[in-house]
Amino acid sequence: MRRVITCMMNNNPGVLNRFTSSLTARQVNIDSISISPITDRRTSRVTLVVLLKGQQESQQLLAQLDKQLDVFDLKDITDTHHVERELALIKVNAPANKRAELLAMIAPFRASIIDVGSSDVVIQITGTREKVNALLRITADYGVLQLVRTGVAGFTRAEDQ
Amino acid sequence: MLAKQPSEMPQNGADLLVQSLADQGVELLFGYPGGAVLPEFDALYKAKFNNILVRHEQGAVHAAEGYAKSTGKTGVVIVTSGPGATNAITGIADAMSDSVPMVVFTGQVGMSVIGTNAFQEADVLSMTAPVTKNNYQVRSAADVPKIVAAAFQVAQSGRKGPVVVDLPKNVMNETATTEIIAQRPEPLSMIKAKEKREAMGKLTDMLMALDKAKKPLLLAGGGVIAAKAGDEFKAFARKHQIPVISTLLGIGAIPSQDPLFMGMAGMHGTYTANMAIHECDLLINIGCRFEDRLATNPKRFAPNAQIAHIDIDASEIGKIIKTDFGIIGDAKAALKEMLLAEPTATKHADWLTLNQERRAKHPYHYRTQPGALKPQQIIEEVGRLTAGKAIVTTDVGQHQMWAAQFYPFTFPGQLITSGGLGTMGFGLPASVGARFANPDLPVVLFTGDGSLQMTSEEMDVIHGYDLNIKIILLNNHTLGMVRQWQDLFYDKRRSQTIFHEQPNFQKLADAYGIQYCALDPEQNWQAALKQAMTSEHAAFIEVPIPQLEAVSPMIAPGQPNENMLGVD
Repeated sequence: MRRVITCMMNNNPGVLNRFTSSLTARQVNIDSISISPITDRRTSRVTLVVLLKGQQESQQLLAQLDKQLDVFDLKDITDTHHVERELALIKVNAPANKRAELLAMIAPFRASIIDVGSSDVVIQITGTREKVNALLRITADYGVLQLVRTGVAGFTRAEDQ
Repeated sequence: MLAKQPSEMPQNGADLLVQSLADQGVELLFGYPGGAVLPEFDALYKAKFNNILVRHEQGAVHAAEGYAKSTGKTGVVIVTSGPGATNAITGIADAMSDSVPMVVFTGQVGMSVIGTNAFQEADVLSMTAPVTKNNYQVRSAADVPKIVAAAFQVAQSGRKGPVVVDLPKNVMNETATTEIIAQRPEPLSMIKAKEKREAMGKLTDMLMALDKAKKPLLLAGGGVIAAKAGDEFKAFARKHQIPVISTLLGIGAIPSQDPLFMGMAGMHGTYTANMAIHECDLLINIGCRFEDRLATNPKRFAPNAQIAHIDIDASEIGKIIKTDFGIIGDAKAALKEMLLAEPTATKHADWLTLNQERRAKHPYHYRTQPGALKPQQIIEEVGRLTAGKAIVTTDVGQHQMWAAQFYPFTFPGQLITSGGLGTMGFGLPASVGARFANPDLPVVLFTGDGSLQMTSEEMDVIHGYDLNIKIILLNNHTLGMVRQWQDLFYDKRRSQTIFHEQPNFQKLADAYGIQYCALDPEQNWQAALKQAMTSEHAAFIEVPIPQLEAVSPMIAPGQPNENMLGVD
């Protein structure tokens, strides 16, 4: 079961290492992790996506991670109203004779072209994981040269905070 | 909080470290010098407290564990960078497993060369992350007092455990100009207000369940010892007349001879204790984490019982066994609350009687053998000679289980043993730490020929400080516990578990200047043992025991508690 876990952590060397080593110890594989300092350099926000057996396992994992002194505001937001978004950059084949068609195909996704080459373009898309996956299915037909995804970032909606 | 003590003159990081340790009330530390900790040892040269010079860094950590386990105080270790730090890791992992409060200072190469594979460099922060509560690297001399205070606070807060502080050499040489304020913060509670409120409600629910229970059972784990809650534990058990069982690390929570004590439970526990787990209708676990040596088959553990689990570590509740009353809290605080409740009536007198009769009928047993000394009878004799009042340290293996089974323990914190990690080589250095911490009690080490050889170099420390430790080597020329499993589960293929060659232990003891005696079943061994036990100095007592003696009874791994082998 996919679980989305968010927390804050002190932005110091070794803190993320200790955090992920707790996951290793419990044989939990990271599906995606997104981390960056916010507002000041002292604290970072983390969005972690893991595949677990269920809520019970998630609670155990949270209890384990909660013991770390540099980690706080730990939450499993999967079952609460929350927003989550992912950014993907897709470098895709776009020869002159196909370019107009490609642009038309991706238009409904509100994706943007952020770099243009003679035979390829780079598409930027933000959205849910499903939306990114859908765009990838379309671009696959043209030939994807390079792809990067940031993993999910998210938090609870205003009314649940 | 101590008074403000601004430092009088500029000090370097190492001086600040020594001053900070004094501020924390450190009485002694266990350490081993090296290139990266030259500044620290230079500062220690002038310190008012002693460093005990061990012979191997693993010994330093186990000695600090022995000191910490028998007092509840924080054990302190200082080792050099690279191999000094990696040698310490086994002990740090052991302390993590058994929740032993400890601060380990590791030397580190200078900050300008960290990450360059410099001489004796190791990435200590990464390597110790999974086996510490927290670790720190000091990056500025001015941070030393603050980080040392935090390290000691973390080691003693909530579920106790080890903390590593990594000390780059240039920081120790650096002069600090900021004003230094001595501080000794109280341990943090680690329990959230919401958890505290919930705990009170659940305690009440649990006490109501206890009123209805016909077969209640009280289980003491290491948490009772760590919280120094022995008196409250005994008082609660007696007030409600509940039969008591314990884990290996919970031994001593209640005296072995107490009419309510049914013995250690689990793999090599008593038949009575394991049957009580199977039959009870309410199991109140205080400070035990349902480890697999106790809950040998979690799916079939205490199948007839509601489970109450009181633990200071929220992540232990429900981890292995589904829990009906999960109570997050310190054992002493919880027991004090529980003691306020009055039992309505003792509805379970017949249950207690059943357990007591079973205990009388199925004690731990062994058969004496003419012309041989049995390890169990040696431990019983040592129990008599020390009137059950010795600090007992053990290594890991058969002798450890025999000591747990046959020594007549009388008080909490008396058994110093490696429970969770099962570290062979723990015993001898742990006895060194226990000796320093308990100058007025006899200190006895039960060890085996396998374990002893892993850290035997620490006998030099015993001799050097003239420590009165009785080393009792139960020698069966085999890695007995592993061999026992091979005999039971691998068709007696004794692969690599028989020592065909051994050192001459008499010469080894002589080499370290420790009085040696061998017990001979054909001679007056009791007199020889008594003489060695009553001397004012250390003694090395070698006891030849039958090679194939097994620890009994036993639950095979994966079997539920009621399926015991070797019950007489």
